[in-house]
Amino acid sequence: MKLWMLIAALAIMSVASLFIGVKDISPLDLFSMTTEQWQVMNISRIPRLVSILIAGVGMSIAGLIMQQLSRNKFVSPTTAGTDDSAKLGILVALLLFPAAATMHKMLIAFAFALAGTYVFMKFMDRLKFKDTIFIPLVGLMFGNVINAATTFFAYKNDMIQSITSWLQGSFSSVMSGRYELLYVSLPLLVVAYLYANKFTIAGMGEEFSVNLGLNHRLVVNIGLVIVALVSVVVILTIGTIPFLGLIIPNIVTLYVGDNLRKSLVHTALLGAAFVLACDILGRVIIYPYEVPIGLTVGVIGSVVFLYLLMRRKAYEA
Amino acid sequence: MIEVKGVSKAYGGKPVVDNVSLTIREGCVTSFIGPNGAGKSTLLSIISRLLQKDGGEVLIDGRDVAQWKSTELAKKISILKQSNHVNLRLTVRELVSFGRFPYSQGKLTKEDWSKVDEAIAYMDLSDLQHKFLDQLSGGQNQRAFIAMVIAQNTDYILLDEPLNNLDMKHSVQIMKVLRRLTEELGKTIIIVIHDINFASCYSDYIVALKDGRIVKEGPTETIIDSAVLQHIYDMDIPIELINGNRIGVYFK
Amino acid sequence: MKLKLTLLAALAAAVIIAFLFVDLPHNWDYALPRRLKKVLAIALTGGAIAYATLIFQTMTNNRILTPNIIGLDSLYMLIQTFVIFAFGVVSLPSTNQNVNFGLTVGIMLLFVGVLYRLIFKREGNNLFFLLLVGLVMGTMFGSMSTFMQVLIDPNDFLIVQGKMFASFNNVNTKLLLLSVIVIAGVALYASRFSKYLDVLSLGKEHAVNLGIPYNFVVKNLLVIVAILIAVSTALVGPIAFLGLLVVNLAYQFMRTYRHRILIPGSMLISIIALVGGQLIVEQVFTFETTVSVIINFIGGAYFLYLLLRESKA
Repeated sequence: MKLWMLIAALAIMSVASLFIGVKDISPLDLFSMTTEQWQVMNISRIPRLVSILIAGVGMSIAGLIMQQLSRNKFVSPTTAGTDDSAKLGILVALLLFPAAATMHKMLIAFAFALAGTYVFMKFMDRLKFKDTIFIPLVGLMFGNVINAATTFFAYKNDMIQSITSWLQGSFSSVMSGRYELLYVSLPLLVVAYLYANKFTIAGMGEEFSVNLGLNHRLVVNIGLVIVALVSVVVILTIGTIPFLGLIIPNIVTLYVGDNLRKSLVHTALLGAAFVLACDILGRVIIYPYEVPIGLTVGVIGSVVFLYLLMRRKAYEA
Repeated sequence: MIEVKGVSKAYGGKPVVDNVSLTIREGCVTSFIGPNGAGKSTLLSIISRLLQKDGGEVLIDGRDVAQWKSTELAKKISILKQSNHVNLRLTVRELVSFGRFPYSQGKLTKEDWSKVDEAIAYMDLSDLQHKFLDQLSGGQNQRAFIAMVIAQNTDYILLDEPLNNLDMKHSVQIMKVLRRLTEELGKTIIIVIHDINFASCYSDYIVALKDGRIVKEGPTETIIDSAVLQHIYDMDIPIELINGNRIGVYFK
Repeated sequence: MKLKLTLLAALAAAVIIAFLFVDLPHNWDYALPRRLKKVLAIALTGGAIAYATLIFQTMTNNRILTPNIIGLDSLYMLIQTFVIFAFGVVSLPSTNQNVNFGLTVGIMLLFVGVLYRLIFKREGNNLFFLLLVGLVMGTMFGSMSTFMQVLIDPNDFLIVQGKMFASFNNVNTKLLLLSVIVIAGVALYASRFSKYLDVLSLGKEHAVNLGIPYNFVVKNLLVIVAILIAVSTALVGPIAFLGLLVVNLAYQFMRTYRHRILIPGSMLISIIALVGGQLIVEQVFTFETTVSVIINFIGGAYFLYLLLRESKA
């Protein structure tokens, strides 16, 4: 796939995305929009498009960095306990500060998720990347431990369903005033781009990096902080989008290779395009209702991922 | 007798072993040599049924490997791969006792245990036999695994780079044991080995592979020859006769 | 070894007796049979899960895996959610335990069968590949369940929520009997493979070298594990961490690689953990939480401890 094709596809879908919705707005109205149409554009459609693009780019890049660092194609940020920490944070926010504004609840959950990811990073530090297959599994286990605590309190207070609905990936509730937290991830992505080569080297291992004069631990930590922050921001504003961080980098690796500086741009664009395509599909498939992105990406993503796995197998076996 | 007839194996369309035919002489040490990626280990794994072949047949005592009952075959042929990390907390003696599984199915008789003791003594491990594997050095570990294969008491013993990661002393020690196994117990041994000088000093026959095919096979002295080695390794290897051994001087 | 096993057996018996007789109400002729049934269900599932996990870990040569990762738990939740979502709370599959049990076990085994065919069709059966595929499917089931769980009526959701946790309170006698028969039958069938287990733990290459019909054994064991997990999950609900916890405890306590000892050891520890856990839930927490939440919490923490200890060494 050529870069310009990706950009073109992304541009076309972005425009299309702006004109799909319950409120009928056609591209022809563009120069003669009513106030109401403008409002819909400003409050809902444009924020939605922006959040889709940022979430798609962010989660794919986060996945890519994580996989580079762990040199394990099947690691993704969702297996680092971030999810479950965020869930616990949301629960705490709902239980202790029921009257707080959404933004404040978000900040509380943000702190929790960051703390959880940091604790996990500490664990990993102790594990010293000894065996990469452990990391996703440790992450899952860690997440389960936190989840057990969350469930304990949620069960007592009958809040399991509301937590579940909060964390289900969905763009339908994105509106101006409720998605701006996503912008936090933009500077992080710039840092990711600047550090791209270093992540590739760090992924080769500690001894390899030290030999090349790289502060291995620092680079790994920067990578993980980016991963954690981006994931948290996306989870809190959109919800969980399963597999995104896993499949996009894998597809890109297939046709671009493993040099991070090169694959980073492709990954970012493909991630955005994929989420956008899934979102448009989810919006038209049972129009005027919509299927949440968590489900579309979950189903399409797992099918794609399984296909990739099978293909891989055919090469190796 | 082991006969390999037209065996092939490909990974992702790329042939690794390409239509190889070969007969292994009994009661001898046969070495597989060749550059990296020649298909030596793959061929060894196919002969020992660790790997499925794409085509051809491997006959052991006249019967195809696939037709043998696995338990019966385990009394005929044994294989030891190069990385033998075991995730269990086992003592040397416990490990060696696993070699008796084909005979005992886990319920070891007195006779089985005496075979275990013999194998331990053969590898000079009596002092270490109650130590745990994770307390041993690399060389001791390798010896423990070879002892297990000896306890398995098969006619054919296949070893994939048995000298990997061993120092000179342990390498010589293991090669000497292999010689003794053929000379004293009449075993047939096939090894994959990188060092042509070890192959030259300790084997009766050498099979040279390159790009999945047999380049040349024959008695040791016919292979350890400058012209032949030039063809196999694409490098100039003068052969010197030292104490009756043909030694390739390839260091400079 | 014998001593340790006897010790465990005694402890298990003590916990069971405590469970049966602590705070026994006056109308004991009603309460005691109920408690007996409950304790039987607990012991059965506890034993089955421990056994399945041990075999599974031996097959995969890995101490930190549990058979739940092939997606059976998520599938169970998907089935339960779907039943309520599509047919409603008062429908036959929701209210009739027999129908629900049959449906769940049937679909789970179908799933394992498909997974199994998909993967072992090709040469070079790779167990880890299967696990990964299972994991992916599990996540997919999870996102489908989440979708439906968000949409259903909050009152109906309570029913779904009840299914999320293993519960021993309303075990149907007939189903319990059926499960006892199925699990006993599977265990009996499995016993013919038990002599291979020690050798399997050496890894695939050594096992083949020592004459084990590897593919045959592994495929059979996989089916055995799947049936055990499917039946116990359908009977009481998911308890993901139990197997991991008790099998590792058994390794640590028994200090052996011999399955002849590990099997009864891990099953006894499992029974002690579950019956003891249930006792604590009933007596200390007065049903405010469920035993699976506690087991997951302890199991997860213990697991992290194990990893950290290993990473230091």
